[in-house]
Amino acid sequence: MSQSQPKISLENVHKAFGRKVVLDGLSLDVGVGESVVVIGGSGTGKSVMLKCILGLLHADSGSILVDGEQVIGSNTETRERINHKFGMLFQGGALFDSLPVWENVSFGLLAEKRVNRDEAKELAISKLAQVGLVAEVADLSPSELSGGMQKRVGLARAIAADPEVIFFDEPTTGLDPIMADVINDLIVKTTREVGATALSITHDMASARKIADRVAMLYEGKIIWAGPVADIDHSGNEYVDQFINGRAEGPIQMAVRA
Amino acid sequence: MNFLQPIGRMLLTFLATAGRLTLFTADAVSHVFRPPFYLRILGRQMIDIGYYSLPVVGLTAIFAGMVLALQSFTGFSRFSAEGAVANVVVLSITRELGPVLAGLMVAGRIGASLAAEIGTMRVTEQIDALTTLSTNPMKYMVAPRLVAGVVMFPFLVLVADIIGVFGGYLVAVHRLGFNGANYLQQTYDFLAAEDVNSGLVKAAVFGFIVTLMGCYHGYHSRGGAQGVGTATTNAVVSASILILCFDYVLTEMFFTK
Ligand SMILES: Nc1ncnc2c1ncn2[C@@H]1O[C@H](COP(=O)(O)OP(=O)(O)OP(=O)(O)O)[C@@H](O)[C@H]1O
Ligand SMILES: [Mg+2]
Repeated sequence: MSQSQPKISLENVHKAFGRKVVLDGLSLDVGVGESVVVIGGSGTGKSVMLKCILGLLHADSGSILVDGEQVIGSNTETRERINHKFGMLFQGGALFDSLPVWENVSFGLLAEKRVNRDEAKELAISKLAQVGLVAEVADLSPSELSGGMQKRVGLARAIAADPEVIFFDEPTTGLDPIMADVINDLIVKTTREVGATALSITHDMASARKIADRVAMLYEGKIIWAGPVADIDHSGNEYVDQFINGRAEGPIQMAVRA
Repeated sequence: MNFLQPIGRMLLTFLATAGRLTLFTADAVSHVFRPPFYLRILGRQMIDIGYYSLPVVGLTAIFAGMVLALQSFTGFSRFSAEGAVANVVVLSITRELGPVLAGLMVAGRIGASLAAEIGTMRVTEQIDALTTLSTNPMKYMVAPRLVAGVVMFPFLVLVADIIGVFGGYLVAVHRLGFNGANYLQQTYDFLAAEDVNSGLVKAAVFGFIVTLMGCYHGYHSRGGAQGVGTATTNAVVSASILILCFDYVLTEMFFTK
């Protein structure tokens, strides 16, 4: 961790849906230009955590600071200003199916009027090339793409406006191993070279090892371990050990009955 | 005292919904007047609501006019007042049947499709994605649709008025043996601007109701395909009821001065 102010700082964040507590005092810092990967079982609240940072869900209590500015309870203007800094890859893609692929990719740029429509299309095609999609894809509708292609279009959209902070919700899920590695390289490139801050979620340990500077594990609504990626194999935490080795036996009990 | 519980719960649910709807409406309307304006989307919605509803509205109106001529003829012949057919047709169509029938038909068509479209965008996180792409979903999704509804409904009702009167003419002249020129002259003499105008004001209100209900129910839908289905049903039902309700209120306002 650097000494300067963290880019994103979550402090004791709580979030419950009715009686179901999802985040229970979560604290996590992400430094400027750092790439943090959050791991954790399915349904532990990783996506909810991202949505709280983005203001799509309202955390019940705690503090979420972006460049020192409070997100929780902020007004719409502050919210919109902060969101300008963000790019987000949604777990399900969340592509606009009423628009062709290229308009999806350049949507944020067009919304901010940073480019005209001709430039937007060119830019979209170059972003699509970065995620391994050919130019012909640009004119298709999202519903004509395979799941993995949709994911990559979502990725292209997330990075198109060169955001300061990028959130990746399971960027490599649903991709073949080779394409997954291409995407890993792309994420590394956007963060290390362009200097963007990244907060990613993944179940894919190979991907986590490649893209993370730091790894944090979410369990029962809290970050139970966080440390440099080099330390995950000897974290000394049996939960982390069980998770990264994918063992059914261990302290984490899955709610299944034989 | 247990029987009071469900009543209280229903009242609370009702108040909560009314509050949420009021806030939604105020928010949506405020975005209509503040830039940026999405003219491309507005244009597409105007074509969808106005142009593509024409067949539905036209068919409804022509049969309404036809049956009205037939009914009033058989009804009035008991009092030897068959001559009033033209008057009844033009008055009923412009004041009531044009706006209400067109409103209800388009409520089914547009209310349902808006709720399904926006509801699907909600449950597939497309609305969340808009927010992360510097776009306010109320401004981008809801405001243009409300404007398109308010602008295009009066146009549709005007078309319905003309086609409805024409339907009445067809039956009167070809089935009931009226003289065509006389029928038209009578219609024209009896037609007052106020009747048409009141119908068009009603239409604008109905357009607002239909698009608002479609957007509101879509926007607040949750829980996958089933949630979207519920939202669609609720949008059509609530829009239809509100149309009939406001039809009465507006008629009171216009004609009981
Ligand atoms: N809008 C919502 N309403 C109610 N409960 C919700 C909502 N969103 C999420 N949850 C609940 O919160 C919990 C965490 O969900 P979340 O989507 O964050 O999981 P996740 O960690 O991202 O899992 P996965 O790895 O499978 O994507 C789940 O149990 C889910 O049921
Ligand atoms: Mg998730």
